[in-house]
Amino acid sequence: MGSSIDLIFKIAGVGILVSVLNSILKHAGKEEQGQLVTLAGLAIVFIWVIQLLANLFDQVKSVFRLF
Amino acid sequence: MDVLQIVALGLMATVLIVVVKSQRPELAVLLSVAAGVIIFLLMVGKISSIIEVIKELSERAGISMIYLGTILKIVGIAYIAEFGSQICRDAGEGAVASKIEFAAKILIMVLAVPIVVAVLQALLKLLW
Repeated sequence: MGSSIDLIFKIAGVGILVSVLNSILKHAGKEEQGQLVTLAGLAIVFIWVIQLLANLFDQVKSVFRLF
Repeated sequence: MDVLQIVALGLMATVLIVVVKSQRPELAVLLSVAAGVIIFLLMVGKISSIIEVIKELSERAGISMIYLGTILKIVGIAYIAEFGSQICRDAGEGAVASKIEFAAKILIMVLAVPIVVAVLQALLKLLW
């Protein structure tokens, strides 16, 4: 269970990191790379959350016998 | 002391969401999804033990498993649909949330049809 609570910290960390990188890149005049960083962060977090959601759906299916 | 764990988790997630939301609203949505899933996963074991007790009681009372299974399926559909529609509504997409709720209502109605038919048949038997 500890690893799944870690996920919240990981997502928040990615969010803060992405916004810091974004503002640095914007300062350096590379806004299109900032967009790419945003997209990459979103994709990484999306993969984590989708795995967690698949776990949730499996659990709900087995608990409530939805087949 | 599970409730303390859950409350601490919720407060922590809320603070992180508020921090992230001003810069990256899309990551804030995913953060709230993750928090909701983790809280449910912490409760799954208890839910399944409650369901076991209910099953045992219904077996003792001689209620057919078909009815209990239908009720459990309805509860599961309602939970999942509520989860999804709340997330959509939090992200400001009320229209998508309403459509999820609509689909869930239709699916629940489909599951409930056999029970309604059984009730009506019992009524007809009483009348004739």
